[in-house]
Amino acid sequence: MTLTTAIERVFNTITRRLDGPLMVVIVVLMAISLAVVYSASGGESFDRMLGQARNFAVAFVAMWIVANMSPQTLMRLAIPLYVVGLTLLVGVALFGEIRNGARRWLHVGFITIQPSEIMKLGMPLLLAWYFHRKEEGLNWKDYAFAGLILMLPTGLVLRQPDLGTAILIFSAGFFVIFFAGLSWKLLISGIVGGLALLPVAWNYMLHDYQKLRVMTLLDPMTDPLGAGYHIIQSTIAIGSGGILGKGWLSGSQAQLDFIPERSTDFILAVFGEEFGLIGTLLLLALYLIIVGRGFMIAMNAPTTFSRLLAAAITLSFFTYAFVNIGMVSGILPVVGVPLPLMSYGGTAILSMCIGFGMLMSISTHKQLVST
Amino acid sequence: MVGTTIKNREAELKVFRKRIIFATICILIGFVILATRLVYLQVVKRDQFYTMAEANRISVVPVVPNRGVVYDRNGEVLAANYSAFTLEVTPSKVKNLDKVLDELAGIVDIQPKDRRRFKRLLEESKNFESLPIRNRLSEEEVARFAVNRYRFPGFDIRARLFRNYPFGEVASHAIGYIGRINDADLKKIESTNLFSNYKGTDHIGKLGIEGSYETELHGTTGSEQVEIDSGGRAIRSLAKSEPIAGNNLKTTLDIKLQKVAEDAFGEFRGALVAMDPHSGEILAFVSKPGFDPNLFVDGIDPVNWNLLNTSLDRPLTNRALSGQYPPGSTIKPFMALAALENGKRTPEFSIVDPGRWFLPGVARPFRDWKPEGHGVVNLHKSIVVSCDTYYYGLGNDLGIDKINAFMTPFGFGSKNGIDVEGEQTGLMPSQEWKQKRLKQKWYAGDTISVSIGQGYWLATPLQLATATAILANGGTQVTPHLLKEVINAKTGEKVGYKPPPHSHRNFKPENLQLVRQGMIDVMKPGGTAWRAAVGAGYQIAGKTGTAQVIGMKAGEKYNEKLVKERFRDHALFIAYAPADDPKIALALLVENGGHGGSIAAPIAREVFDFFLLGKKPDPETRKKRDYDLDNSD
Repeated sequence: MTLTTAIERVFNTITRRLDGPLMVVIVVLMAISLAVVYSASGGESFDRMLGQARNFAVAFVAMWIVANMSPQTLMRLAIPLYVVGLTLLVGVALFGEIRNGARRWLHVGFITIQPSEIMKLGMPLLLAWYFHRKEEGLNWKDYAFAGLILMLPTGLVLRQPDLGTAILIFSAGFFVIFFAGLSWKLLISGIVGGLALLPVAWNYMLHDYQKLRVMTLLDPMTDPLGAGYHIIQSTIAIGSGGILGKGWLSGSQAQLDFIPERSTDFILAVFGEEFGLIGTLLLLALYLIIVGRGFMIAMNAPTTFSRLLAAAITLSFFTYAFVNIGMVSGILPVVGVPLPLMSYGGTAILSMCIGFGMLMSISTHKQLVST
Repeated sequence: MVGTTIKNREAELKVFRKRIIFATICILIGFVILATRLVYLQVVKRDQFYTMAEANRISVVPVVPNRGVVYDRNGEVLAANYSAFTLEVTPSKVKNLDKVLDELAGIVDIQPKDRRRFKRLLEESKNFESLPIRNRLSEEEVARFAVNRYRFPGFDIRARLFRNYPFGEVASHAIGYIGRINDADLKKIESTNLFSNYKGTDHIGKLGIEGSYETELHGTTGSEQVEIDSGGRAIRSLAKSEPIAGNNLKTTLDIKLQKVAEDAFGEFRGALVAMDPHSGEILAFVSKPGFDPNLFVDGIDPVNWNLLNTSLDRPLTNRALSGQYPPGSTIKPFMALAALENGKRTPEFSIVDPGRWFLPGVARPFRDWKPEGHGVVNLHKSIVVSCDTYYYGLGNDLGIDKINAFMTPFGFGSKNGIDVEGEQTGLMPSQEWKQKRLKQKWYAGDTISVSIGQGYWLATPLQLATATAILANGGTQVTPHLLKEVINAKTGEKVGYKPPPHSHRNFKPENLQLVRQGMIDVMKPGGTAWRAAVGAGYQIAGKTGTAQVIGMKAGEKYNEKLVKERFRDHALFIAYAPADDPKIALALLVENGGHGGSIAAPIAREVFDFFLLGKKPDPETRKKRDYDLDNSD
């Protein structure tokens, strides 16, 4: 055995379960993220950028581990993950720590966790498993039960209150139900019913600060120094970037601290200002490649479980990107959703990469199942 | 069984594929929406947002010019600037101000006085203005705050120029003071189109020279373009246009003389105006009590403010130009001249004074201040002994309209045009005036009171000084003024004060001579102020006077020692010296001082001694000054 073949074998072992196209795009996005995070921290300190690199490293390892699990293993994890997640959410509701007026965190021993993050993946996992089991003849009762699985954690997260995460958890689960073949009739009547409930939700379920965010979106100039400030400053930043951008480390809005949360939720504003339309369209293209690849994996998936999971994860990924870009560019309310693989923050990157790991697991394990 | 399962599988897959296609379409639409939005922001609206970003980034900061320095006529600094650190706060950026101030007090010494003053400023100003909470921080305090600055958002240390009045209370009414710009000032600034020049300036001249020469002193505001961060902190300078410093002013005041004059008043309240009788340059301008203008610079704290405002002594009132008093006997030389010029009296004409005088047809007598009378009195003696009875008849013969016509050109009854604000007109009555204002006929008896400077006649100390100057210079009108020259701070170019054109009145030299001789003899044994001139070494021409504070009932004689101090008469004195070649003319008033000869004239003597001889008053002499109220007018 020569050295080259040894290296080759090790390399093959490592990359066996990784999906090539996804890997390329993810690495490119991570590289961009490091550059923008460095710029967003004022271009003076490497601390934040190194922190983000560490986040990526941890997420990479997690992705690799998940990718190396078979879809059957993932399926077996569905119920425990969901139950643990739900239990923790109940725990949050009862004993959670309040930060910034919201009860989202739970002390478990020495660490503080945000259980709603677990549900972002736990939800599609369980629902995909649920529909996988009920392969023949789905009737309305099955959908009703699926609805219950969906609404329990969503309701708990909404109560925290955390509208952004609730929407993401809900949509992740909803996408599974949608791909499982929920009839258009039920779907449309559900949407109509939901719209009818909107005024009720506005009056009784939304908190004042959430209403304010929606109102601010409708007319940010009503409160240019208060709630509208974030949206105004981020649209100014993006707009002023023009086609070519002001150049890396040269965005005045970004460097002079006019952009709020510039390395986390509003990182697109920094990116848009410094890299212009070329940069933002490139970002959209990279996201589109991920979505396309995700759907291809879903289409080629051998089992109902893997199909539904892959499609739901992919559509969720798009939802993240769409909500964040829409929010930062001023067409959606500010709901606190990070830009996938770009925003600084360990938890979001970790759960995103675990999702990619699941996609890769599905994409690389299909031969085993079909034989 | 197997077949249906496969069938279901196929059907399910078909549905799934359709759903994927549907989702793909939705996603593409989503991406198109986002791309459209980005194109809209970054291409269509790019210029607008670019401008907005630049506006965010660049701030034009006014660069406040140095305020001009005020000097006295000999180059002594009366008002100057110094730089010091202040701790300032923008109230709108701080949530719980009181609590934060408590925390801050642990780092920087904040006295209750500072808090009171700050509260007052807070009430008067807009929330987004930066207001000083502590002035004149020590180096150590600056350093301590700098370390803790992160704990106090909205607070900042700034280097500011402060106004300093090294002489404190001395000449405070003439120099005036600067204070923070208030709403009234702002309106004035806006109405004069100077608004942009006052950007960044937060003080403005309020009174005196500081107030009236504000435009000269302020200078032209420059500007600096700086890059700022979202907190408004300047990051770097991009461009700068230098401010033009305000002009320096040389005043006509002689601050040493001023000090002598103010000290001469001792504890008395009152006013004194001394001027060059030929040019109208004011050499000393006293209004006692004064105030410390330095108190106003930082924004006066409410305790001191109340003290100044509610004090019975009214230290903020400029008595010299807004105090209107009956001129009393000080106008007798002018009345004498009026009678001579109008041919109503000759030098030889004499009366025998019984101590009272009857207006034909009126039973009630007009009394002389000396109950037993002055005996035989001619015009010269009437001035020397200040005989009331002589002037009752004289005034009656002249009539009010002739008196008014003669006195008006001396500056009585109108503003004398001094170059600081607040001048009152006094009152030179006439038939027309009484009819108009009081809707009453003028009675002959009214003229009798006016003849001895009582009744309706009111004059300011400034007017008396001006009139005395005109008498001293032989009839040339003067405009009293405090500005000597404006000195350009950069080029040193000087522009002198330009008086308005003045007319000259020709009095008959022998008439003028007679009146002047009377005033000279007032200061000699037998005259009402002779003691004040003892050993002077130069000749003084003067006239004493008394202004009644409370009306006396007919036939009543009061013992002033029994009357409360506040109701005692005001002592007046006008004089010029040297009598043969006048270099200085003055008028002064001592509130509740009693009689002119004993209280007021010695003050004039100290002023003259210092001005003419450079002689500093001897504290021993002052102590021994005869406050015995001898009963002369």
